[in-house]
Order: sequence, then C-alpha cells, then structure tokens
Amino acid sequence: MSQAHKKIGDIMLKVEDISLSFGGVRALSGVSFDVREHEILAIIGPNGAGKSSMLNVINGVYHPQEGAITYKGSTRKQMRPHQAAKQGIARTFQNIALFKGMSTLDNIMTGRLLKMRRNFLWQALYWGPAQKEEIENRMVCEKIIDFLEIQAIRKTPVGRLPYGLQKRVELGRALAMEPDLLLLDEPMAGMNVEEKEDMCRFVLDVNDEFGTTIALIEHDMGVVMDISDRVMVLDYGRKIADGSPDEVRADQEVIDAYLGVSH
Amino acid sequence: MAFDWLFFLEVLIAGLLSGAMYSLVALGFVLIFKASGVFNFAQGAMVLLAALTFVRLVEMGAPLWLAGVSTLMVMVVLAMLVERLVLRQLVNQAPIILFMASIGLNFFIEGTAQGVWDSDVHALDLGVPDLPIDVFGMLISQFDIFAAAMVAALVVVLAVFFQKTRIGRALRAVADDHQAALSVGIPLQTIWVVVWSVAGVVALVAGLVWGSKLGVQFSISLVALKALPVLILGGFTSVPGAIIGGLIIGAGEKLAEVFIGPFVGGAIESWFPYMLAMVFLLFRPQGLFGEKIIERV
Ligand SMILES: Nc1ncnc2c1ncn2[C@@H]1O[C@H](COP(=O)(O)OP(=O)(O)O)[C@@H](O)[C@H]1O
Ligand SMILES: [Mg+2]
Repeated sequence: MSQAHKKIGDIMLKVEDISLSFGGVRALSGVSFDVREHEILAIIGPNGAGKSSMLNVINGVYHPQEGAITYKGSTRKQMRPHQAAKQGIARTFQNIALFKGMSTLDNIMTGRLLKMRRNFLWQALYWGPAQKEEIENRMVCEKIIDFLEIQAIRKTPVGRLPYGLQKRVELGRALAMEPDLLLLDEPMAGMNVEEKEDMCRFVLDVNDEFGTTIALIEHDMGVVMDISDRVMVLDYGRKIADGSPDEVRADQEVIDAYLGVSH
Repeated sequence: MAFDWLFFLEVLIAGLLSGAMYSLVALGFVLIFKASGVFNFAQGAMVLLAALTFVRLVEMGAPLWLAGVSTLMVMVVLAMLVERLVLRQLVNQAPIILFMASIGLNFFIEGTAQGVWDSDVHALDLGVPDLPIDVFGMLISQFDIFAAAMVAALVVVLAVFFQKTRIGRALRAVADDHQAALSVGIPLQTIWVVVWSVAGVVALVAGLVWGSKLGVQFSISLVALKALPVLILGGFTSVPGAIIGGLIIGAGEKLAEVFIGPFVGGAIESWFPYMLAMVFLLFRPQGLFGEKIIERV
C-alpha cells in the first residue's frame, strides 16, 4: 500500500490519562494517545486488554472515572453517545449492533437521521418538505450501498444475513453519518480471507476518498500492518506501545505481550 | 341435542370484541417495554387518570373533542415528567429498579388523579348505547362493535406512525437495539417522551372504552391486571402479539364461561385467562411472538 502521499493533519482527538473501572475490574489505567486527521490508527492487544472499552469511552457509551478527551478542540470529561454522533463520531460494534428487524436500506437510512433537519420530531408531521429531504438522503444511502457492493441485499432484513454481510451493513450505516471520525471495533472478525480483503479495501477507500479519520481494533496482524498508519498497543488496560507498524512489530514488550497469549 | 353453532359464534364474537379491549391495555405495556425497558406497573393508573380527566371535563361542560384534546395534553405532560423525574435519573439501572419505580409512579398517579378530581363513580356516555343489535341472526352489542372499531382505528394509526414517519423509524430503532440507536445519534430521552405520550394516548382510548362499560372509577385501573395474561400469551415485545393475545384471551374466557362453566359451577371467566396463560407459559415462555431477550454491549 502506498500511503506516502497521504496528508496526515493535526491532532483531532486527544485522549489523556483515561482510567475506567467496572466495580473491581480495571479496564483502562491512565491511557493517553492522539488520533490525527486523516490517519488510520489501529488499536491492538490481547483479549480483555481494554480495546473495546477505549472506543466506548470515546463515543460516550462508558464514562471514565479519570481523564479527559479533547475532540476538535473542545475538552470534556464525558459525553453521551448521541452527542458524539452529532459531533461526527460514527462507529461499529464488536457484537454487531444492527436493527435486526429492518432491511439493509432502512438500517443505513437510520444513519441519516441526524442529517435530516435538526428537529426530526416536528419534521415527522410535515409530509411535503420531508419527502424531498427523504429522497436526497435516500440517494446518499444508495451510493453507499453501491460502494459497499451490497445492492443484492438492499431489501433483506439484516437479521437473516450472514455475519460478514452484517458487518458490512453496519459499516454502511456508520458511513451514512458522513463521520469525521470512524471507530471500528473488529470489523473483520469472523470473516474469511476474501471478505477480509473486501473490508480492507473499503476501509482504505473511505480513508482515501473522503479523508475520514479511522480508529480500528483488529486482531489480524497482517491486516493491521497493511492498512494502518500507526498502531497503539494495549495490554491489561495500559498502553505499552504506540508508533508506526514497523516500530511496534519490533517492540520487545509487544512481542512479550503477544507471546504470553495464544490466539 | 344438536350443537348450536349460531350461539357459539355469538359468544365467540362477543369474546373477540371484549378481547380487543384487553389488547388495548396490553398494547400500552408493550410500547413502553420495547422502548424504555420498563415493565410499567403504572399503565392501569394512566388509564384511570385519562378516563377521570376526560369524564370530569365533560361533566364540567366541555364538548367531547375539547375534553379529548385536553386529556391528551395532560398525558403528554405526564410523559415529560416521567422522563425527567424518573427515567433520566434511573438510566442504566436494572429492570427491577425501573419496575419498582413504576410501582411508585402507579400510586403517585392514582393518588393525584383522585386528589385533583375525586373518587366517585362517573358515568361516561360516548353516545353509543350498550344494546344488542341483530347481525345475521346473532345478538351483538353495539358498543362492543364501536369499541372494536376504535381499537382497530388506533392500531392502524399506530402502524402508520411507526412504519411511515421518521420519528417512527427512530422509535423502532430504539426498540430494536439501544446501543445502535444511540450510536447513530437518536436522543433516547426524546424518544422516551414520545413513547410514554403514545402510551398515554392508548391509555386514553382504553379509559374511554372501559369507562363507558364499567363507569369511570378507581377499579378501571385494575383492567391492567387483565393485560397480564395477554402479555404472557403475546410476548412482552410484540405489538401483533398484544393484539392477538387479547383476542385469544377475550374469546377464550367467554367461551369457557359459557360452555365449560356450567360443568364446574360457573364463574370461571375471572380466573380462566390466568390459567390459560400459565399453561402457555410452560410451553413458550417468550410468548407467541416475543423474542428471547439477550443483553450485550
Ligand atoms: N460493561 C462492562 N461491565 C463490566 N466489565 C466490563 C464491561 N466492559 C468491559 N469490561 C471488562 O473490561 C475489561 C476490558 O474489556 P474490553 O474492553 O472488552 O477488552 P477488549 O476489547 O480489548 O477485548 C475486561 O476485563 C472486561 O471484562
Ligand atoms: Mg473488544
């Protein structure tokens, strides 16, 4: 992959000293890192290292006991997920969180809810202008469906789709939000080689074409080394490394952490 | 003696029509349970509040439409208060905590409704008499037909609301997956207000129907108990389940009363639905249409 030409910009998200516990379980201890505009940051680490928790903190699902997050210049201790969404943070979940009863298209359309004029409560009452807006948003979704090559399942209820396709629909819904920051929690887990290649291509294309900043969690080292600009490693809730893929691969602490755990 | 099919049919239809009213109460439960995860013990009190407000306004001389609109507004205000004072404070709490809170809410609403208005029995007349008319040789209550038509109309309105409007899409999203709904930016709190308001509308219709039949009084809050077997049968998360469950319970209890009752000394109408639900529970705990509930993040 040639990423030499890519312009990596300023710091978009600054995570400082985040600590998070659940009762007695310490999921994150004093984790700090940055995400820069237009980059692809991979978060890796053994199971239970706190990777998902970190994404959950960033988009406000979990509220850390300590630390602060600065996003687009404003600092906050915690926020709610729908506020994160408003500020341009979209995400997918490790255990796919789709609307199982709805079709692929409807699922992706929910990603447009915020783009449809602010007060969608009152919009519901006006048919005329709402109709026009609906069509415009529909077009955006159709483009995403083409981009992800899922035309064939547009009308299928997503609960009936195989796992790999569900992951793709979930990405589609996140893309429909036209996010500035995209958080992907194990987007390629449980996929076969071919599906993984497709997913890698989509991630790279999104980053390339729209300049979307991406933070993703991934276990497949081949994939991580291929697509990421930078890699951060978590182990037992602490950050143990942060650098280019090559630096991280050569890091002794990282090697030890991985040798200690079988995958 | 030959079996009297016409009579059987007459009982069946009467049962289905009263079942439609059970469906209505169950519907209120299901909506709130789906969207906010609360098993709302206060549903019966909401029926009482709506009916009492409506009937008192009519008694004070308000035309039916004005009483209806004003009562609707009361129910919306109630929804806002519930969101702000109860749900928002208890977000992410265990279901049992929310259930306990709704028991408190139940007593609060009951007390307030009877304190602001009164606890007498009020007759409610919507202009349709509870007199039987002859349909193809069967005797069917006019009011029951009217009530069933009202329930059907409400179901159609709700279906359009949920399927066709943007807010409906957001509501379905929340009911389907909280996490996902939040992640696309749906504000849970707004949704809660809307759902509790819709449940308020359902309570109003239920209050009008039941109030006309039984008189508006404290005991109509107990119609909520009739919804329990319906919910067990239909599943706590299914709107079609609530409707069909109500019809089955309604028809079942009337048929049992008339055709089995005489052999066991009668009066089985009052406990038959619960027994039916218990037996059903043994075989299909999630109800006819309910999904198994699995929580994960
Ligand atoms: N909602 C939660 N409640 C309790 N413990 C949790 C919760 N989420 C995560 N944890 C705990 O936090 C730790 C980190 O988990 P997680 O972030 O899911 O790790 P990873 O994604 O790296 O596998 C684990 O010990 C896990 O059990
Ligand atoms: Mg994880």
